[in-house]
Amino acid sequence: MIAFAIRRILVGIVMLLAMVLVVFILFFAAGNPARDVCGKFCTPEKLKQVTQVYGYDQPISEQFGLFMKGLVVGRDYPVDDKYREALAKSNPDLVIHCPAPCLGYSQHDALTVNQDIVKYAPVTLSLSIYSFVLWIFFGVLIGVLAAVFKGRALDRITVGITLVVYALPTFFIGTFLLQFVAIKWRLVPYPSYVSIADGGVIGWFSSLFLPALTLALFYMAAYVRITRAFVLESLTEDYIRTARAKGLRTRVVLFKHGLRAALTPLLSMAGLDFAALLAGAVITESVFNYQGLGLLAVTANKNSDLPVLIGLVIVAGAAVILANIIVDILYAYVDPRVRLR
Amino acid sequence: MPDISRPFLSVENLTVNFPTPDGIVHATESLSYTLERGKTLGIVGESGSGKSVSSSAILGLHRYSNAIVSGQIWLDGTDLLQISDNDMRLKRGKEVAMIFQDPLSALHPYYRVGDQIAEAYRAHNTVTKKAARARTIEMLARVGIPQPDRRVDDYPHQFSGGMRQRVMIAMALINDPTLLIADEPTTALDVTVQAQILDLLQDLQREFNTALIMITHDLGVIAEVADDVLVMYAGRAVEYGSARALLTKPSMPYTWGLIQSVPDVTGPVDRPLRPIPGSPPSLVQPPAGCAFFGRCAFSSLVPGDRCAHELPELLPIEAGHLKRCHLEDVSVMYAESVEADRVDTATVEAGAH
Amino acid sequence: MAAPLLEVKDLVMHFPVKSRGVISQTLGQVKAVDGISFTLNAGQSLGLVGESGCGKTTTGRLITRLHKPTSGQILFEGEDIANASPRQLKPIRRDIQMIFQDPYTSLNPRQTVGEIIGAPLVIHNLVPKNKRLARVQELLEIVGLSPEHYNRYPHEFSGGQRQRIGIARALTLQPKVLVADEPVSALDVSIQAQVINLMQDLQKEFNIAFLFIAHDLAIVRHFCPEIAVMYLGKIVEQAPREQLYSAPKHPYTKALLSAAPDIQQVIAGGRRERIRLTGDVPSPINPPSGCPFRTRCWKAQDICATMPPPLEPKGGAGIVACHFPENTSPEDANTPVSTARNAA
Repeated sequence: MIAFAIRRILVGIVMLLAMVLVVFILFFAAGNPARDVCGKFCTPEKLKQVTQVYGYDQPISEQFGLFMKGLVVGRDYPVDDKYREALAKSNPDLVIHCPAPCLGYSQHDALTVNQDIVKYAPVTLSLSIYSFVLWIFFGVLIGVLAAVFKGRALDRITVGITLVVYALPTFFIGTFLLQFVAIKWRLVPYPSYVSIADGGVIGWFSSLFLPALTLALFYMAAYVRITRAFVLESLTEDYIRTARAKGLRTRVVLFKHGLRAALTPLLSMAGLDFAALLAGAVITESVFNYQGLGLLAVTANKNSDLPVLIGLVIVAGAAVILANIIVDILYAYVDPRVRLR
Repeated sequence: MPDISRPFLSVENLTVNFPTPDGIVHATESLSYTLERGKTLGIVGESGSGKSVSSSAILGLHRYSNAIVSGQIWLDGTDLLQISDNDMRLKRGKEVAMIFQDPLSALHPYYRVGDQIAEAYRAHNTVTKKAARARTIEMLARVGIPQPDRRVDDYPHQFSGGMRQRVMIAMALINDPTLLIADEPTTALDVTVQAQILDLLQDLQREFNTALIMITHDLGVIAEVADDVLVMYAGRAVEYGSARALLTKPSMPYTWGLIQSVPDVTGPVDRPLRPIPGSPPSLVQPPAGCAFFGRCAFSSLVPGDRCAHELPELLPIEAGHLKRCHLEDVSVMYAESVEADRVDTATVEAGAH
Repeated sequence: MAAPLLEVKDLVMHFPVKSRGVISQTLGQVKAVDGISFTLNAGQSLGLVGESGCGKTTTGRLITRLHKPTSGQILFEGEDIANASPRQLKPIRRDIQMIFQDPYTSLNPRQTVGEIIGAPLVIHNLVPKNKRLARVQELLEIVGLSPEHYNRYPHEFSGGQRQRIGIARALTLQPKVLVADEPVSALDVSIQAQVINLMQDLQKEFNIAFLFIAHDLAIVRHFCPEIAVMYLGKIVEQAPREQLYSAPKHPYTKALLSAAPDIQQVIAGGRRERIRLTGDVPSPINPPSGCPFRTRCWKAQDICATMPPPLEPKGGAGIVACHFPENTSPEDANTPVSTARNAA
């Protein structure tokens, strides 16, 4: 298994590098990024200077090499060596050291990308885990119940509701919950993020409730339907007939034999969905104005903040690749027929 | 009310229907047969003949589908169709057990075989895990699995086809059931392994005095193991009698057709196979007359249009041998093929020199 | 003497088994087909029987070149196609066609029967467009289906009818060799005979050579005058059917025959003893030394473990790979299996 994980991680790193390269090329193809840094009252001289200071005048391959070096050993900003050495003498505070793994420096935020991400990540991470637990627990439970009561009222109502919820856009669900639950009916306080350090577990928990529910509802609708389909399929398997022929109780047949088989395909879906959330739930974060990675990405995109965007691509890609590896390992643990190669 | 005079297993007028969007599928229509302990009944038929459906009903598996079942299934003095779901569950796997065709799909891929067998034992006996495991190993040894104490912890995919079927047999027999239903137990297996499994089933049957229902499409298997044979076609019994009588003197043209259409390993080599033309009728709209009408070569010998319009009854032709056919004189069936065989043999002999 | 239509020489197919390390290594080989030779003449049938895993299906796939053999020769009309490129194979694929086991999965459910049967005509561009339909309808009629049904989809047909469609597809290009891999084992008993009879009629009419692969001894006997028995990737016995079934020489052939249930024998009188083969077929990754059957053979001696028996004549018509063959004296040749003593 360790050999498997190592090989998959190596492959993952190569994939990440390829992704970063593509992002690099795409961004530079759009024009000189220094133009955005240069600001409103940019003169050609100033632009040239900025371009040089930030190293944007070097070929893409060179910049890519420097970026890679920064990832491994860290690097210092500004990029241009002469300028930085001069600055170190005149104004040492303006020289920024970005330790490994350095994802870059955002001129716009005046922070290293790592600092940026660390600042925004807790909200996204909290939100992802919170909604993940909600949607998996209720989604699978309701899905199993719908499958067991297939064709009866409970099943029909569930299937109908999930279809409606799934069709609603996230911003609608979010705005609705915010407007009615929080503002009009005042069932919960107006949501704003409270970290565990500030408000304790309960404060953290309740501050995230509405946005987590918004996200969870959307995924839950999908998971109810998928779980229902998988359970129904597994109930037609021959081994279910065997389990019944043994004289097992219906509960045992359903949960021990039926659900176990249905969980395996759910596992791989859940892993990927969770990983995708880690890159930030843009819409939910926007609706509730939560400072997460999704908002960071939107802002960076608006400001053409290339270093931040590349950093986010790497983080998101790494999350997906890591989730894939974990899912594969779990899969082998759940299904004895699967061997990791 | 237990009835002493009733046979150990007595299926009476069993009818199984499935409502579908296309109409009601008449899977089994008024089927009746009996079976004593220690005896083997072979049920022969092709896909869709109702042979599996009718046997699943004995186990009460129809209770988990939308099937509509009527009739009576008396097992040891109890009508299995009248008892509650929980009472049926308690009999399932304990008094009546079943072996299925494809042991790979019939075993849960995620659980160790030992746990799956022990589960069947613990469902009906209040014993410790350890005791159940010991009993499981004992059963695995009994069905001829080498190194049972090691293999008990293996998963189904780690066994060969024949060994998997032995696992299924161990699971079915762990509670000493009085009735065992084997649904095509050797169809998925190779011939040498099939022979092993059939031998094993017969040994175990003798040892535990089990009543055995052997469902198969293979008349060869029937010939090897069955005491009585029931031939099913389009949901109904069409011929029923002792294996010897039925195989040597088949009296319903369908049975005769089955025997004639199967090649063998000993007869004349150039005997052309006489297939039954056409295919079975729809079970949603069964024909008014005999279901075999249209494929039958002898219906023209029956006066009038009786075969087309009148469903023949299952009637005795001699003691213990029943057929569902209007044809009075079965000798015409034999006459025709004996004639043909003689010609074939003659040509082979002529060709050999 | 004219060259045979198809000649197979020392055909070998080994599938590598890969390890599970950071860098994968080849650990061993699944010896699916391990050096087999046979010839097939125009219009003849050769039967290939054996149990699952004996390599009979792989052999069929090698001859149709769905696999590329590890080594050996496949001479078709004198030309070696074992290493032919896809381009070189294209004209040969017309001459060697295949009938598959499962009529449910081997037909594309989204194509009409006409498209399925006509596809080879399109690929090889043999018949002008306006005559394709006529050819398809002709083929449907040949296999006993209604020509008007060319517009229907496979799911509208029964299993036996689907197999007829599969046969029609194989016949489209007027092949010289048909590899039939378990062509009737997925069908109901009463339907099997229909399809067997159809194939026999077609063979006579179009002079097609059949490589008939099956596990059912009775059906192979019925179809093929010459039969080869395979075990663990090797041919252990090959003989004309009259001899193979009445006086098998290889102990495995004998065991296989005695295990086959047979109604006729029961009708003729009583049950017979079987030779019980114990255990399973050994793994083709690590087959036994010497004779592959020795681990389950009741006649095995020391020599069987050290020296692989050559496939050679041992009296009678056929060839057998056994150090201690059965039924070698001429008078044995007429002893029916049913009276052979149970040696187990």
